[in-house]
Amino acid sequence: MKAPTVTNPRDYLHAQMRWRWSEIAFWLATLLPFVLTPSYLVLASQIAIAALFALSLDLILGFCGIVSLGHAAYFGVGAYTAGLLSAHGWGEPISGLLIAAVAAGVFGYATSFIVARFRHLALIMITLGIGLLLQEAANSASWLTGGSDGLQGIHTWPILGMFRLDLYGYTAYSYSLIFLFLVFLVARRLVHSPFGLALRGIRENTTRMAAIGASTHAHIRLIYTLAAVVAGLAGAILAQTTETVSLEVLGFQRSADVLVMLILGGTGRLYGGLIGAAVYMVARDQFSGLNPQFWYFWIGLLLIGVVMLVPNGVLGGLSLLVRRGKAST
Amino acid sequence: MSANGSASGERDGALSARGLFKSFGSLVVASDIALRLPEGARYALIGPNGAGKTTLINLLTGMLRPDAGQIFLGGHDVTSLAPQERVRRGLVRTFQINSLFPHLTALESVTLAVCERCRVAQTWWRQLTVYTHEIDEAYQILSSLMLAPVAHRPTRELAYGQQRLLEIALALATRPKVLLLDEPAAGVPSEESTELFAAIAGLPRDITVLFIEHDMDLVFRFASRVIVMVGGTVLVEGTPHEIATDQRVRAVYLGKAGGKALEGGGHG
Repeated sequence: MKAPTVTNPRDYLHAQMRWRWSEIAFWLATLLPFVLTPSYLVLASQIAIAALFALSLDLILGFCGIVSLGHAAYFGVGAYTAGLLSAHGWGEPISGLLIAAVAAGVFGYATSFIVARFRHLALIMITLGIGLLLQEAANSASWLTGGSDGLQGIHTWPILGMFRLDLYGYTAYSYSLIFLFLVFLVARRLVHSPFGLALRGIRENTTRMAAIGASTHAHIRLIYTLAAVVAGLAGAILAQTTETVSLEVLGFQRSADVLVMLILGGTGRLYGGLIGAAVYMVARDQFSGLNPQFWYFWIGLLLIGVVMLVPNGVLGGLSLLVRRGKAST
Repeated sequence: MSANGSASGERDGALSARGLFKSFGSLVVASDIALRLPEGARYALIGPNGAGKTTLINLLTGMLRPDAGQIFLGGHDVTSLAPQERVRRGLVRTFQINSLFPHLTALESVTLAVCERCRVAQTWWRQLTVYTHEIDEAYQILSSLMLAPVAHRPTRELAYGQQRLLEIALALATRPKVLLLDEPAAGVPSEESTELFAAIAGLPRDITVLFIEHDMDLVFRFASRVIVMVGGTVLVEGTPHEIATDQRVRAVYLGKAGGKALEGGGHG
């Protein structure tokens, strides 16, 4: 038990938001693939992109309780925007990324008006519907998107005019990792802001939020838009680093995968999505190596095992271990 | 009386309602309710279970929409406003059953309410600790309700009486003009009730208070006027003494035993 040695409430809150050594260690560890597994940098960049996408979902699910089964819609808008820009002759990556993020944000803001009005099961159906609608729209607009053949002719210019995408994924991983880290810093600040506190309030008790004068709909619209921007960034980075965009970026599978990653890692902790993405992607890589047809069998087993044994995901289990360790010493 | 109080504001008081009706299907839960609370008044709302007391609070605060009737806050018609808009105009409630943020600490909860009032709750690019005024104000509210020692405890770990106090702290953080307390002492064990009664007695005099209460001691201690509700409508309104001696109240609401309780309270 912690002794109640509380003096100044500001100091106390400040102490809670300080960077911990485990966080610094985590980010240093993200550099290890460059040294330890240089032949897996392509996979590492895929993980970084999936992690960014899972971080986006964590903002709405983990911090606001919005369960989405159609989050790939915003990922896909980002991917297609970046891909289309490049296919039509503007392959400059940074500006392409920003434009894609804005496009995803605009779409997120537009749909947030529907999303903010619903909770629980209705919300799952609505987000699922948004995802399906968008995928079919992209499929039928094949003059623009290439339909089921995918978007042709994407070419990403060297990043900052200097760093060309290479076969080994060196540039791709650096590029993905830098943006993952930058967005993470913003998300971390958001979680520790007054708005972050308001989001926790919504997750805890919506009725009470109204009774203290909060406009929960406006809060939900804002976080949903911000999450869409982050998802769009992830999609754009995928399009730019792989130089391909197919309908799969909008698919239900992608929405389901990101949900699984987040639940595996643990919701509402920011790092849960990152760790879940790493576990999921590595597991998929290994399992599909063992048996390319049935690898989802193992993913299913992993998911059931994690949820049954550690309900708050890998991170929840870890923090439980740490607490037990501290208690026993 | 406020300097800029309009003529209608003075006529209607801090909070007034007229002709409120509400029914769920064939069940009428509010029927032709009218009331008028002058600024700074202390009103108690009593009545047997099912009389429609909480329904009235839900109607006044906008959590239920009346089928007919109007509600005025400081002379302005707020009948069509959403609950959170009424809160921003100073009409605030607490809940009979604790409605708190279980995983937030007491300080976080009240800071959140202060941030909402100051309209900084949508600021996502600045760290919460920058808002020192808001945090200090929240801590000060907790101190005034003797909750400072548990300010950093998660709400779910607080004693029940402390949670009831936190209900009031959250309401105070919104700087209410009119405060509706729904059974503030409900379920509080007697050894924890002293602080709660002190908190209710210590509410700023410029806040208009209406509280639902079953404990007649509390009613006679804190209320200058009492409204009695029966079957979804207002039976009678008067001073505690008038209510204690009113034959209709005795007959309809209190029965024999209750009548004795009333008498005791009235003289004690």
